[in-house]
Amino acid sequence: MTDREIELENENIEVELLIEALVKKHGFDFRDYSRVHIKRRILEVKQRLRYESISMMIKDIIYDREFLNKLLLSFSINYTEMFRDPDVYLFMRNEIIDLLRTFPFVKIWHAGCSTGEEVYSLAIMLKEAGIYNKTQIYATDFNDKVLKMAEDGIYPIEYVKNYTSNYQQAGGKESFSDYYIADDNNVIMDSSLRKKVVFANHNLVTDGVFGEIHLIMCRNVLIYFNKNLQDRVLHLFKDSLCNGGVLCLGTKETIENSTAESDFETLDKKLKIYRLKY
Amino acid sequence: MVRLKYQAVVIGASAGGIESFKKLLEEIGDFLDIPVMIVQHIKKSKNSNLAELFSGMSGLNVREAAPNEPVLPATIYFAPADYHLAVEQGRTLTLLATEPINYSRPSIDVLFKTAAEVYRESLIGIVLTGSSHDGAEGLAQIRDLGGCTIVQSPDEAEYSIMPLAALKRVDTSFTGTIKEIADYLKKQLADTV
Ligand SMILES: C[S@@+](CC[C@H](N)C(=O)[O-])C[C@H]1O[C@@H](n2cnc3c(N)ncnc32)[C@H](O)[C@@H]1O
Repeated sequence: MTDREIELENENIEVELLIEALVKKHGFDFRDYSRVHIKRRILEVKQRLRYESISMMIKDIIYDREFLNKLLLSFSINYTEMFRDPDVYLFMRNEIIDLLRTFPFVKIWHAGCSTGEEVYSLAIMLKEAGIYNKTQIYATDFNDKVLKMAEDGIYPIEYVKNYTSNYQQAGGKESFSDYYIADDNNVIMDSSLRKKVVFANHNLVTDGVFGEIHLIMCRNVLIYFNKNLQDRVLHLFKDSLCNGGVLCLGTKETIENSTAESDFETLDKKLKIYRLKY
Repeated sequence: MVRLKYQAVVIGASAGGIESFKKLLEEIGDFLDIPVMIVQHIKKSKNSNLAELFSGMSGLNVREAAPNEPVLPATIYFAPADYHLAVEQGRTLTLLATEPINYSRPSIDVLFKTAAEVYRESLIGIVLTGSSHDGAEGLAQIRDLGGCTIVQSPDEAEYSIMPLAALKRVDTSFTGTIKEIADYLKKQLADTV
């Protein structure tokens, strides 16, 4: 074996041990996340905090609470935006809202909502469609820090130009500025948009089903899961949806070739919008 | 048992890449019975689906890479705009929406490094035209793990910065024009161990 190969082999052993330490000591289970992703994040933290080896990081995972939080923060990718992929929201507006309208009340689950932009986006559309008041929204993530930010609904003002353009591309006809109050640096989302939202910690790997949901949005979360975990979570969604309920995934995610594929029909292949069969 | 010496090809290009890919794939198309994974730097737009652009060429199976997809023989995978493309130990694909590296997402280095870890000495890496330094580090990793390294000759490349950066970092297995690379590849792809 060359030096580089030995180095790699050692690194891979350490990565496995670190992942085990996280689940054994703290119950955070990344065993079925993309190994490439987790390893890249571990190496990034190792370099940034100048650790000599991954083994030294394992010690701190066990003994140093502060370090644990830093590591977890680096594992999670929280990037999101309002009306992200406007075509998806346009489809929601034109095709899905009328379907939701037929129910006496509507339950929606945003799984992996991060800092909440997606939640406010959908709330705006439900409001404009006149069905917000008969809706209950569950917005969940396994990261308390982002959940708190979602609940606060405060976003940097420099993003608003892009959000406004997304809103318009998603078929928005009102003035987007009616939905927030601006100060010098931030916008604060109108609190009425939060009236029907419950923010809660939920871990897709370890926590259970929600009941009788009409629409699940889980976008850009499964992308970091391996096939096994992805299948498990898709079954969790299947069990949480009512018959005819809608599932919306991220544009690079799919139920194709998963063990849950046959339970769903495809509403839009490109936008990754599916419906649980009756 | 006789098996092919090389089991996968990774290719990276930036500015000027689309034309080079067209030429290269036309030349080697019929010979390809192993997977080819490609990172071409591209901005996200309505027409940024390179798989659509290239499918139908020489009857090859061309697709946009998707998460957890097994890497199949005789198939060309393009990294989608705005995502890094990587290979997992189990020879499946992963997309990462993590931050750009050297201003690029997808990053050639990410694909090359992860593929090198998986395929080791049975990987071929090719750096083509471009005006960034992406790919040089990745090519070095391919070399360190025993793979074959190829760079387009800077004289021929529409943009020479990227080939030059790669040549500066790595003493390559082969440097040449697209036509010469194609001929060299055909020989390598027929090699068995
Ligand atoms: C990239 S963000 C996606 C935000 C939003 N859905 C969107 O598409 O714009 C991914 C989120 O998934 C969350 N996440 C990752 N693993 C999770 C898990 N096991 N359970 C719940 N949330 C998770 C992360 O904390 C992060 O906030």
